[in-house]
Amino acid sequence: CANGFADEYVSQKISKTRWRPVSHSSLQQPDIFATGSWDNEDNKISFWSIGNNGTTGMDDGFEGDPQLLCEHKHDGDVLDLQFLDQDRIVTASSTGAVTIFRHHQNSQTISVSQSWARAHRYPCDNAPCTGVVCSSPEIVTVGEDGRIIVFRADQEGVVRVIENADSSTIHAVTYLRTSEILTVNSIGQLKLFDFRQQSNSPSQILSLSGDRVPLHCVDRHPNQQHIVATGGQDGMLCVWDVRQGNTPFSLMEAHSAEMWEVHFHPSNPDHLFTCSEDGSLLHWETSSPSDMPSFLQGGRNNSMISRSAMAPAGGNQSLINAWLSGDSSKGRLETTHMLPSQTLSVNSLDVLGQCLVCGTDGEAIFVNRQVPV
Amino acid sequence: MCMLCLYMDKKKKTTITICLLLMSSFLYIAGTHLGFAWGPGDILVYETLYKASGSGCPCIHEVRKDEDIYSPILRKLFNESHHIFVGLQTIGEDLPSKNKKPQFVSISKNYRSVIRACMEELQQVSILLAIELIWNLCEVLFIDAAPAGSLLLHLLDWVRLHKADVDEKAREVLQSESPAEHHDYWNVVVSYVLQGRLEEARQMLVKQATLQPAARSMYKLMDTLLSKMPFYNPGGTQTLTEFDVKWRHWHEEVDRCLQDNSFASNKHLEVICKILVGDEDTLLEHKDLLSTWYHFLVTRLLFCHPTVKPTELHYYAQSCLTMFLDSRSVPEPLDSILLAAFEFDIHQVIKDCSIALNNWWFVAHLTDLLDHCKLLQSHNLHFGSNLREFLLLEYASGLFTHHSLWQLAVDYFDHCPEFGRVYLELQIERVPLDTERKALKVLRICEQRQMSEQVRSICKIMAMRALRNNRLGSALSWSIRAKDAAFATLISEKFLQDYCARGTFSDLDLIDNLGPAMLLSDRLTFLGKYREFHKLYGEKRSGEAAKLLLSLMTAKIAPRSFWMTLLTDALPLLEQKEVVHLSFQDEDTELTKVELLRLALARNLARAIVKEGTVEA
Repeated sequence: CANGFADEYVSQKISKTRWRPVSHSSLQQPDIFATGSWDNEDNKISFWSIGNNGTTGMDDGFEGDPQLLCEHKHDGDVLDLQFLDQDRIVTASSTGAVTIFRHHQNSQTISVSQSWARAHRYPCDNAPCTGVVCSSPEIVTVGEDGRIIVFRADQEGVVRVIENADSSTIHAVTYLRTSEILTVNSIGQLKLFDFRQQSNSPSQILSLSGDRVPLHCVDRHPNQQHIVATGGQDGMLCVWDVRQGNTPFSLMEAHSAEMWEVHFHPSNPDHLFTCSEDGSLLHWETSSPSDMPSFLQGGRNNSMISRSAMAPAGGNQSLINAWLSGDSSKGRLETTHMLPSQTLSVNSLDVLGQCLVCGTDGEAIFVNRQVPV
Repeated sequence: MCMLCLYMDKKKKTTITICLLLMSSFLYIAGTHLGFAWGPGDILVYETLYKASGSGCPCIHEVRKDEDIYSPILRKLFNESHHIFVGLQTIGEDLPSKNKKPQFVSISKNYRSVIRACMEELQQVSILLAIELIWNLCEVLFIDAAPAGSLLLHLLDWVRLHKADVDEKAREVLQSESPAEHHDYWNVVVSYVLQGRLEEARQMLVKQATLQPAARSMYKLMDTLLSKMPFYNPGGTQTLTEFDVKWRHWHEEVDRCLQDNSFASNKHLEVICKILVGDEDTLLEHKDLLSTWYHFLVTRLLFCHPTVKPTELHYYAQSCLTMFLDSRSVPEPLDSILLAAFEFDIHQVIKDCSIALNNWWFVAHLTDLLDHCKLLQSHNLHFGSNLREFLLLEYASGLFTHHSLWQLAVDYFDHCPEFGRVYLELQIERVPLDTERKALKVLRICEQRQMSEQVRSICKIMAMRALRNNRLGSALSWSIRAKDAAFATLISEKFLQDYCARGTFSDLDLIDNLGPAMLLSDRLTFLGKYREFHKLYGEKRSGEAAKLLLSLMTAKIAPRSFWMTLLTDALPLLEQKEVVHLSFQDEDTELTKVELLRLALARNLARAIVKEGTVEA
């Protein structure tokens, strides 16, 4: 397959893909990922392997098409999916349920470990649970009902509910600090909630001064906790500094339709990835002013950018983060289309180490094992 | 009145298709009266009150005519072919047709490889095999349009591809202890010869030759004949005529060997010699090895007329079909389709395939490709669209009934210039919207195609649903997307009613942050400004608060029912030393309010007069 991607048609529209986390100490590349489907009469969560680290005996030079390990029925669309730990995933369902599944590696089976049905609900209807984020054993979910719920794995009930956290749908949530979360909603606001406070009101609200464009995704910079990136209905990528109040530092035109996910690369945060309803997946790379000059090797589609000096593994440490420099025309920002050709909407992506996986509405999964980061 | 009753009950998984030939809407099946109604991709069949026999509970059955789209493996076919289809539509128009041929051939091969990939996974392969066989032949005859010389080579490839059992048998024979004595040995050799795979035949014969040293010269002769058979080389310098001459010389040589009885002592080699010379009777004796009439056709052409022209094909095809099928067997649908192809009657091929197959996938994609190759005459059907569009619309409409594959159908409708848009407009509104995520995707499809009516309709549905669940922020968000001022007004009314009832605002996070959305409707603007007034008052900025209140009153955007409230709000500003808390339970509230207002206004007027009249000291 072109551009180093291996693709696999899987007979289900993929709503979420996530790499299983690898332990920090090992230098291994990720091997297993989980996917969730949507818009099926019978939705499923599945675990796949790409045969890294010699887990399956494949020849060298074989691209490593994803192999299905096991799958399990899922009630409702999988609207979000996160790994709680090496063996368990949490899913957010369109029925409003939050479920923990356990992957039994030895027998390659999946079982339901815990389930909170109708966690998100309306008085007389189901409300989809739209986002989940976890920091084991704590799980935070958000939904169309505007509620924020905190659970603990292995505990029956809920730990805390913030009712009416939002009068509109909360689309995504992320941790800023261990006790602080950031949510984005469908009237274009970012809200910070501090769990240490008793009150249920947000500690801070940020929004764009212009139109209230719904925001769909948010991700925090791995090293600098005050920097977040958001994407929304108009396909614009915004990078915010939450300390600095109400205007984003950078606004970049990214996609021509809704941006569904944005991810900083966890170990090389000068790289950022976005995917969209318009069928494209973009790889953003910024170079910080403190680096030695980097040189480009060719046109727009060439994703090889070499550095003449190795940046420290944790990304740049300079005070002014490159993402906040705001101006893409200064040549410090390079964008690459990663997928070989236009597809239906790319709903989800995840990147870890040198591996990237994404899922589309064309019922295909794409895996790239040589992402240039 | 003939009725074939086959009906499908999803739970029991028995399949029966109903074929109705009636004008009336009732029919008898096993003593019950059934009624029916057509759906977009299925029929709803129900038992009526007019039951002939009494017992049993009434049921409703859904009969789907197209079960294929629910198969998970065929879904891969639909998705992958959709990708190829979209790619095909965007091939540059600027290239002349001649230069596009290799691209079209490559696309045709892509489609076929997708079919073959599905065949590997699906157990029930016969229908896919047939499809790939037909498609391959159409590619050879219509898209690649090979001229005489190459034509036979392509047909040979075609036959070899679809007769894989020869290799299996050969493997079995070769892996046995003594291949030359295996009972299938000669069958394999003859099969190779029948397929024109003479190299492999020679290699097999060597094994036999070593076993029979006495007959060495005979085997040597056969080997020579086999090695000297000329094959046309399209890329070479030899012209067709030169090849023909060479071939005739070889043919005469083989014939001489036959007349000389050179192989008379070995019946197997004799048979092979007769095949090489193209003897029809010998070929027909090996019907079981040929297994199909089209294999017979290609073999016959190989050994009788390798320079066959495309226009001559149908003579041979018809006669081979007749010769191969004995009087008892009837030609199957597949046979008539292939025959129509050999006759270059593309329309007949498409028509026969449409009838024989229960899913439009094959004819839709093949016709589309042939249309791009400019091979279809523009053939207007009674209902206005051309054949290609008709088939694509049928296929896409079928896809749209699927809970998941409807997204693929959108692209197909896009490429039907006459009726695609209308079909899409009608179908897109029927997609069930269970989650906001799905509604957003449907909306994006509509917005990209400027289907403003559908946008409004979808947004209204979502906004009403949000309102019903008291999600005012979501409802407002949907109204903004649809630029629906009327709905925004409705939402604002709800807020204001809420305020009147409770004395405080709900969902402050929304009202405080309306931004430019405030301008969508007057009522909404009023709401935003009114809240701003409250904030100003709360921050003790009375001067600005008063100015704002005044502008609200004079701008005439306040609803009539709210005037009293506004004036009441003015009270504290007028009576700065007295703040009056009104009790809303009081029946004489209105009168009291008016009295208080009058009093307050009079006092304020008095103060104003005094202030104006006073000279600054």
